[in-house]
Amino acid sequence: MTTRYTEDHEWITVDGDVATVGITVHAAEQLGDVVFVELPDTGKTLAKGDEFAVVESVKAASEVYAPIDGEIIAINSVLDDAPATVNEDAAGAGWFVKIKMSDASQLDGLMDEAAYNAHIA
Amino acid sequence: MTEILNKTPLHALHVELGGKMVPFAGYDMPVQYPLGIMGEHKQTREKAGLFDVSHMGQARYTGDEAALEALLTCDLALLGAGEQKYTLLLNDQGGIRDDLMVSRPDGDGIFLVVNAAMKDQDFAHLEAGTAGKGKLVRLEDRALLALQGPAAKDVMARLCPDASKLIFMQCGAFTLDGVEVLVSRSGYTGEDGFEISIPQADAVRIARLLLAQDEVEAIGLGARDSLRLEAGLCLYGHDMDTTRTPVEASLIWALAKTRRERGDFPGAAIIQQQIDAKTSQKRIGLTLSGAPAREGAEIATKDGKIVGVVTSGGFGPTFNGPVAMGYVERDFMAEGTELDLIVRGKPRAATVTKLPFVPHNFFRG
Repeated sequence: MTTRYTEDHEWITVDGDVATVGITVHAAEQLGDVVFVELPDTGKTLAKGDEFAVVESVKAASEVYAPIDGEIIAINSVLDDAPATVNEDAAGAGWFVKIKMSDASQLDGLMDEAAYNAHIA
Repeated sequence: MTEILNKTPLHALHVELGGKMVPFAGYDMPVQYPLGIMGEHKQTREKAGLFDVSHMGQARYTGDEAALEALLTCDLALLGAGEQKYTLLLNDQGGIRDDLMVSRPDGDGIFLVVNAAMKDQDFAHLEAGTAGKGKLVRLEDRALLALQGPAAKDVMARLCPDASKLIFMQCGAFTLDGVEVLVSRSGYTGEDGFEISIPQADAVRIARLLLAQDEVEAIGLGARDSLRLEAGLCLYGHDMDTTRTPVEASLIWALAKTRRERGDFPGAAIIQQQIDAKTSQKRIGLTLSGAPAREGAEIATKDGKIVGVVTSGGFGPTFNGPVAMGYVERDFMAEGTELDLIVRGKPRAATVTKLPFVPHNFFRG
């Protein structure tokens, strides 16, 4: 399964028409210890670029933006009680939401791993 | 245009230690080191942390002490040799211009430490207010380190045994590794600890010596902020400013009883009236669940009426939850009052909570 990345440090993996979205290991390292993640309600419709989640570290709140259009079909409720999961496994267990994509062609504009690594280098 | 930032004598050491440097009060300062804010916070509560606070303003005042005292809220006649006092610089309306420490570490007048962002204004105000009566000398050639945490006393007992005998809010001149330093037993974390004023030429060597002790790690401004917030201590420009009086800021304890009786401090009529009439707003503590409420979040009643604003807020690593300080109307200041904090448009249940959020751990002898 291919992982794609945004300039705003989110990752996306796609299974059929469902995209799983989280923040990158790099973003989690930059934020430091995550103490709270505010996630949207399921059923919410997002347009690419919409703010859909907020990550709170000890120091500050950071917005997370939708990488694609679609509808939220699942949120990672593990983060309610264990927000530090984002630090421990940003690319895996620390996923934020699953989005049912309405326009898969938007994926073409995102970066692959090599391009993202160059972006943060 | 890029702001030209000042550097403390420890700047290169911060970079060497992996400090993440950010602009603060005109200085390029470490917000955190590789240990991270959470780890640095806990390190300070459990062992000891070393903070570079050389950006703060240090000065000596000699001359007519009544002229200096008239600008402050303390009673300098009651400040004995080897004693330190927390005091406030007020404007003529009783608004808080800054908070500061005054002390008599040795025979050479009063030693003052003021906030970094306010130092130019403060020193100009002090000079103007004491002109012809006293002399203020800025100590720009000195660094200031804070060693904070329960193990700070063990470190000082090893390196500067005489200073380790001080109790909370005492001070003196001592020798640390051959260097003459001014030490006070105080800080800004709620923990036992020391603040050490050092000639800048010796600052890096002393900092390295302190960091070489097993108990000590370098701590950045991020943890300094979360530590002081849990300790219920005000951050100037946030939890108080010229629009707030000591009555509103819940700092009336910093106004000496003798000064209050004499009514000879700036803004005395306004402050006395606020004490008698009970002012409209008060600084209080708030705890909440879930999302931290940051500075600027509105404080509302359960039926949605806005009754105040958060002035400092974040996650308390030792408290293990979000904490905030803010100003509310007096009807809502009682401990246990249930309120809402509006975080990104959503009300979050909050409770008025006694300060500090984490008990102070000062060494009072």
